[in-house]
Amino acid sequence: MAVARHLSFVVVILTTIIGFCTEIVNCNNGRRGDIVESDLAGMSVPIEHSFEVDDVPRFRLRGTVQVKPGRENVVSFSQMSLSDEDRSLLKDVAAVDGLYRVRVPRLSLQADRETDRQPDGHLSAFVRACSLVESHLSDVITLHTDVSGYLIGVSIVTVPGACQGAEVEDEVDLEVFNTTISIMPPVNAPSPETALYIERMEQEMDKKGKPQEQKSFFAKYWMYIVPLVLFLMMSGAQDQSGGGAGGGATSGGGR
Amino acid sequence: MGWLLAKIFISLYLIIFVVAVFEDQVGKFDWRQQFVGEVRFALFDINSQASKKLLVATEKNIFASLNSRTGDLFWRHVDKTGPEGHIDMLLLYGQDALVVVGNGRILRSWETTIGGLNWETVLDTGSFQSAAFIGVQDQVKYVAVLKKSTISLHYISNGHQKWVENLPESDTVQYQIVYSGGSGQVLLLGVVPNSHIVMVEYKIEDGEIMKQKSVAAPWLTSLQSSCVVVGSGVLLCVDPMTQSMYTLLLQSEEQPKMSQILLQTLGLEVASGFQPVLISTQPHPTRPPLPEFFLQLGPDHHILLQFKDGLISPLRDFNPSHLVTFATTGEKTVAAVMTPKNDTACSINLYTADTGRRLLDTTIIYYMDPNGGRPTRLYVHAFLKKDDSVGYRVLVQNEDLVLSFLQQPGRVVWTREEALADVVTMEMVDLPLTGTQAELEGEFGKKADGLLAMVLKRLSSQLIVLQAWLGHLWKLFYDARKPRSQVKNDVTIETLSRDEFNLQKMMVMVTASGKLFGIDSKSGTILWKQYLENVKPNSVFKLMVQRTTAHFPHPPQCTLLIKDKDTGLGSLNVFNPIFGKKSHISVPALPRPVLQSLLLPLMDQDYAKVLLLVDDQYKVTAFPSTKNVLQQLQETASSIFFYLVDSSQGRLSGFHLRKDLSTELIWEVVIPTEMQKIVGVKGKRANEHVHSQGRVMGDRSVLYKYLNPNLLAVVTESTDSHQERSFVGIFLIDGVTGRIVHEAVQRKARGPVHFVHSENWVVYVYWNTKSRRNEFSVLELFEGMELYNSTVFSSLDRPHPPQVLQQSYIFPSPISTLEATLTEKGITSRHLLVGLPSGAILSLPKMFLDPRRPEVASEQSREENLIPYSPEIPIRTEWFINYNQTVSRVKGIYTAPSGLESTCLVVAYGLDIYQTRVYPSKQFDVLKDDYDYVLISSVLLGLFFATMISKRLAEVKLLNRAWR
Repeated sequence: MAVARHLSFVVVILTTIIGFCTEIVNCNNGRRGDIVESDLAGMSVPIEHSFEVDDVPRFRLRGTVQVKPGRENVVSFSQMSLSDEDRSLLKDVAAVDGLYRVRVPRLSLQADRETDRQPDGHLSAFVRACSLVESHLSDVITLHTDVSGYLIGVSIVTVPGACQGAEVEDEVDLEVFNTTISIMPPVNAPSPETALYIERMEQEMDKKGKPQEQKSFFAKYWMYIVPLVLFLMMSGAQDQSGGGAGGGATSGGGR
Repeated sequence: MGWLLAKIFISLYLIIFVVAVFEDQVGKFDWRQQFVGEVRFALFDINSQASKKLLVATEKNIFASLNSRTGDLFWRHVDKTGPEGHIDMLLLYGQDALVVVGNGRILRSWETTIGGLNWETVLDTGSFQSAAFIGVQDQVKYVAVLKKSTISLHYISNGHQKWVENLPESDTVQYQIVYSGGSGQVLLLGVVPNSHIVMVEYKIEDGEIMKQKSVAAPWLTSLQSSCVVVGSGVLLCVDPMTQSMYTLLLQSEEQPKMSQILLQTLGLEVASGFQPVLISTQPHPTRPPLPEFFLQLGPDHHILLQFKDGLISPLRDFNPSHLVTFATTGEKTVAAVMTPKNDTACSINLYTADTGRRLLDTTIIYYMDPNGGRPTRLYVHAFLKKDDSVGYRVLVQNEDLVLSFLQQPGRVVWTREEALADVVTMEMVDLPLTGTQAELEGEFGKKADGLLAMVLKRLSSQLIVLQAWLGHLWKLFYDARKPRSQVKNDVTIETLSRDEFNLQKMMVMVTASGKLFGIDSKSGTILWKQYLENVKPNSVFKLMVQRTTAHFPHPPQCTLLIKDKDTGLGSLNVFNPIFGKKSHISVPALPRPVLQSLLLPLMDQDYAKVLLLVDDQYKVTAFPSTKNVLQQLQETASSIFFYLVDSSQGRLSGFHLRKDLSTELIWEVVIPTEMQKIVGVKGKRANEHVHSQGRVMGDRSVLYKYLNPNLLAVVTESTDSHQERSFVGIFLIDGVTGRIVHEAVQRKARGPVHFVHSENWVVYVYWNTKSRRNEFSVLELFEGMELYNSTVFSSLDRPHPPQVLQQSYIFPSPISTLEATLTEKGITSRHLLVGLPSGAILSLPKMFLDPRRPEVASEQSREENLIPYSPEIPIRTEWFINYNQTVSRVKGIYTAPSGLESTCLVVAYGLDIYQTRVYPSKQFDVLKDDYDYVLISSVLLGLFFATMISKRLAEVKLLNRAWR
């Protein structure tokens, strides 16, 4: 764990042990699955793969992804199953901890765009061949597009992803790919949610709802103020009347 | 009642203020240094000897006044960056300084004592050529501004325009010199290259053209570079082709004619390939320039000449001489000449301008820094002494942007390191242990050589430790008698050692001019500096710490990769970050452009981390490249991956290292440049620690973080800048497998985007074009309630994509830079440090940027301490970590962990440098200053004795009971 912490972002120390090579079969009777030709209105993306013992990529067609027009997320994937030759080759590659690579051409998934732009170059990704073998050819391929539907990247993972050196029975498990394929357009990032917030604040205000109308100071405390005022008036009136009386007396005296 | 209210009010007032910095803490843990940059113009206040004012205008668009006694800033005005704030001209008259800014866009007048603005006028458009004071009968009332096609005259007192005139034939004639000899006319000189000179004379009163003449000069291309006005109206030009000088009487009545004087007749010769330069002086705007002038014949050769009665006569030859300048005081004008003395020193002498006679006792010896550059500019402040002799002080600027102010006989009054105004990158390095600690440590590193020798060595080192401790005690005792203010804590390289909590570090700063600095982080003292010559102005620097101070007998080692931006060719510079000494380790030659450099966690036998450099043919060079390293590389090659980014093609590609150190392409992601361009790629910091793997939720379950150390955050901006269609793209890409972990688009947004990538989150700031405001957005990645593989993270074995949560907020201010705090173990909560254009640095708790902030607070979210969502992030003034110490034009913030988990060291740099400490979770691991030790220990002691006594009493009681 301490080691893992010190890893810089470009380095991963693999802790798994390379799987053992079980047996090498060299058969030539290539058996190929049928490519289902679906409706031609949609876009098709060829997926190519390569696995070589000397690790020099030699890409061959693996299958074709059909994208239904208009709805980008609905896809169908038709692919060939592995020939016996390929199967043994894949196991050889897995034995030397080689890479299983896939690539797709750079193109746009929107049909109208395809005509004016030729694919220039490819997008590629890889998994370790051993993990593909150990997962019995079950992989997840995701095609990523940008906002305009142009392919920007491909990713492939196997489930499970580890290489534990498990033995794989040849014929049954390495024949047919069990592939989940999807196309991922970018997610729209949220903006600050002001409207909802304001709504909520208003609701809260309503809930508290006119608790009491803001009574004026006088309306609230009239019962204290009135007696006080009355009292003051009374005492003041007394004073005044007293003063008046006195005044009256003096004036009376002067008279 | 009233008293009570007042009390409540006062206590409320205090509560508001206790969260901020206490006044007595100001400057205790932080410091700021202010800079001005490379000086373009420097003027002294020549009115009196006692004046301390030194006005400078710099390449960084700053106009400032320095105290010439101390080098401190009196005041400083920071204008806009770029050509808009460029200072074209600085003129000083009396107390007013006139500044032309932005290629003749604005004319300003400043009051120089306090730096207040007198007035400002916006000038007509047109590129600026020249400006000069116009004197009439011993009075200076106007300033003339010459532009490409107009000339305007302004009152100095209020900036009002007196008149503005279009220049005749301005599309062919390049007007470059405006001249006024104080006799009441404005004379313009222009040139049609390789054809003729044009003279136009204007009347001061109304701008009427009085005279207009032209003189053939087919050899002349530019007036500014090869002509000056000397004496009373004589234009003097030098032509390197024919090796001759030309004179032209500007005010003669008959048709003027240029007369040629061959340099040979004066016995002079221009160094081959050198463009000769003329230097003249006009001591006062109301009087004509002096008839004496300098002619520079070679890089280190000047000659003082005099023009008299149509003849030029040499007064004195200065060979060799680096720099020359004129200075005037009262009625006397002197020439200051800097001549090389030996390799490390120059001498500056004064000569009378009219005869070229050397003035006695005017020598200043200027010692050059062996690690510095050559002097490039010389400014002289001359003054009259009481006995009427001339005294002077000089300001010297070097290639490495050191400003030194000297006075006779060579005392350096102050120096300023103006290279620090443009810090490009920096690192903080731990200080080494003290000599004695190192001595003890060293014992373990050395090979054993006999039992007795070992014992003796141990005894001797213990003795040294004892001696050091006694010395320390003595110093404490000695200092205790002195008042606190007098105790000086001088930091020198010798006394440098790590403190208890590793709070003091060495800041290694790399500046754009190619000068490296080692600065003590506690005091800001520059401990070492090193000037790298031959660094191109637009180079890219990358600083890496290859070996820290932790491996004692081996010195720490930093490597600086300098890459030329145009050619991509790089060079390595290895040095010791503590002492600044250049290392003698041989560095690999890099003949091909360097694309990527990566510091691996592998170490060679000397504990230096391995640096891999990838060139444009994807070949890898290792440094150091010893046998041991190559063997280790071969062993681990299968786990070394790296990525390259080509933003011009939008291509990100991943490579894998083979055993024979060749590379192979393994993945490729291409983001079409037609739609968007990559503006930034950031990984995580290698020294970052994350303490907790997950977050405990309200229901006691754990939400695990997606902690992928190889994750890259890639930010793009749309090429379409229309406000409805522009967007900002965020891609999270695994750097090993090339897998796009997340892809999001922020619509109606545009840059500049600032972003931070750390732990399991990315925070970015953008401009919302629709709502016209700055917004923060935060992305957090979680694995979910279960970890796929809890022991180790491998990018190759993580099949399930993480859950991504995102939320956005409004931020009520634009920002300049963004960084996150960093602590030793990652236990302390994180803060974001936001540099604002106002110069404030905001420490914003990450808690406010949490995509799990709920719309409505529930019981569980309260349990989890989540703040209910509110769309706006507040800016509280107590979050400003630099209180009133604003950092101008903040460009970057660097954070480093200290030995205390609670404390993070922060350095903000830009035009200024500011260093402080922040405590994101308060100082939970430090006792307060006012901690009551006496009370605690007395209570403890009291309890101890109470237990003793009660124990004794209990024993007695038990004994008594037993007897009963």
